[in-house]
Amino acid sequence: MNRILQLFERKTNNVLNVYCTAGYPRVDSTLFVMKALQDNGADIIELGMPYSDPLADGPVIQQSSMMALDNGMSILKLFAQLKDFRHQIYTPVILMGYMNPVLQYGFEKFCQHAADVAIDGLIIPDLPIHEFETEYSAIIKRYGLSFIFLITPETLEARIRKIDELSSGFIYAVSSSSTTGHTSSDTTGQQAYFKRIQDMKLKNPVLIGFGIRDKETFTGACAYANGAIIGSAYIKSLGNSPNIETSTKEFLSAILK
Amino acid sequence: MAIKYQQPDEQGYYGSFGGAYVPEMLYPNVEELRTRYLGIMQEPSFQEEFRDLLKNYVGRPTPLYLAKRLSKQHNTTVYLKREDLCHTGAHKINNTIGQILLSHRLGKKRIIAETGAGQHGVATATVCALKGVECIVYMGEKDIERQAPNVARMKMLGARVIPAVSGSKTLKDATNEAIRDWINNPVDTHYIIGSVVGPHPYPDMVARFQSVISEEMRWQLKENTGNELPDYIVACVGGGSNAAGAFYHFLEEPSVRLVAVEAAGHGIGSGFSAATTQLGKPGILHGSKSLLMQTEDGQVVEPHSISAGLDYPGIGPLHAHLYESGRGMFLSATDDEALTSSFELARLEGIIPALETAHAIAALKKMKLKEGDVTIICLSGRGDKDMAAYMKVINQKEEENEQDTTVI
Repeated sequence: MNRILQLFERKTNNVLNVYCTAGYPRVDSTLFVMKALQDNGADIIELGMPYSDPLADGPVIQQSSMMALDNGMSILKLFAQLKDFRHQIYTPVILMGYMNPVLQYGFEKFCQHAADVAIDGLIIPDLPIHEFETEYSAIIKRYGLSFIFLITPETLEARIRKIDELSSGFIYAVSSSSTTGHTSSDTTGQQAYFKRIQDMKLKNPVLIGFGIRDKETFTGACAYANGAIIGSAYIKSLGNSPNIETSTKEFLSAILK
Repeated sequence: MAIKYQQPDEQGYYGSFGGAYVPEMLYPNVEELRTRYLGIMQEPSFQEEFRDLLKNYVGRPTPLYLAKRLSKQHNTTVYLKREDLCHTGAHKINNTIGQILLSHRLGKKRIIAETGAGQHGVATATVCALKGVECIVYMGEKDIERQAPNVARMKMLGARVIPAVSGSKTLKDATNEAIRDWINNPVDTHYIIGSVVGPHPYPDMVARFQSVISEEMRWQLKENTGNELPDYIVACVGGGSNAAGAFYHFLEEPSVRLVAVEAAGHGIGSGFSAATTQLGKPGILHGSKSLLMQTEDGQVVEPHSISAGLDYPGIGPLHAHLYESGRGMFLSATDDEALTSSFELARLEGIIPALETAHAIAALKKMKLKEGDVTIICLSGRGDKDMAAYMKVINQKEEENEQDTTVI
């Protein structure tokens, strides 16, 4: 049982998943950021692998990806950085990235190396269900990795049920149909959607992401789901601060206090 | 071992290329299109309206013109399929007419598009004006500079032109921005992709709308020569929409050689090129698996071509399949070769082609054509938008001539 599954065995409320971009703000800051997130209360770390064309991401994460690539970040470098990282970080870690760099690395080799360094799960937003089922699911399973799918307010019930069957770890419920970092103004519509998902009583835990940025939005999401995911807001706070540890502490304590 | 060319399957795969690699946020839109595009396109009322607009608004059929002086120059027989005479000046409008009618039947109120050279942007802005629909066009900041006349046309037609400022600031980035817009506006918006790229069903849908080009070629060539099959069909390829349209009704005719001409930029090995089949590897960009120019780490490479419409690091999955299966013959032309060919066509036939199209003409010199061969070149667009680039050549030549006189 990987660390994500273990986490949800003991904690089913207010689970905080924080996204950071590997190689951002500096190429060698990846582990410092992860350590700071762990020390200040993150339950899951979603580690973004930078890509030149991140379609599902808004401007903040685009920018951090571009900077990380300019810093020379790559999957190869990331696995080198992650070698032995479990000596200091015990928090569940998910690698998030787009399909093309993973394909170039070699899909099976990627899963194998992820498992070797003790990564727990994957999010690949542009890997569709059809290809997942026919080509990739068996490989992912072979290496004991969780695979997390996204759902949106537009996802129909039958498809959510299917995604629930295919997922392991948790389901990533995107709060509004948007790119990351987008803030929705339609809170009533959003709550109805959250409630609908809650009432479906899915077998996987649900975390809500996109537009979660502070204590209020985090608590709001946790009222309907097992927890929430913060990305752009944290990346923005890192970008504004010279010190990773103090800015992470400040950011997370404001949300968790 | 030869692989046979295949039409796309239900998931949009041409051989190993295609598919719909989209994030869940786009799934409902893409799925709606996938399940409905063929049905809508086959409706008699759709066909009637589509055919009527192609005839009376676009000006189809476009002529198939025997280019006598160009033929003589290359000691062979060359016909030009005059897509440059379409309303708005390029083949792009065949597709935008089709998609605007389709989007209306899907109940969409807002249209977005990406554009490189601006031809697709103009063609989209045109049909949006025709139907009274809001139009937003994403265009790379670099392309906005080099294709100013088309930017002005889009604005005059009432479209909003939004610069794409990320990455290489060209067609790839404009496409990223359009896709992000679609993610953020999933319910009321239809995305009119301008080429045979993107997630299934776009490559097939756009190829079908453009297939009117080859449909006409067949009967027109028969009228001219008594035979509806040429020996060669030549078209330039960025994403590959005019080539897809020009090849479509000849795909199952093995005697017809299909020649796709890519932009070599400064040269294939120069580091400044857009010749995807020569420089690319299988990869995923803008929702489909195809050949893609990329680094070893799978980051997309910034391409280069003098022609904004070919300045794209990918190629439609149909063309990747034509390349892989050996059904298509892939050549390339450099920036300079394209420029030279534009002037050749202007002086020999009185036709100023778009820089994209000039790449197809440049291939004539590389094809070792025989006297009896019949070749059709898809003259995809006219050169009005490229006059700044052409003036630069003219001015340079005039300066050189002046210097020569002073020496004498």
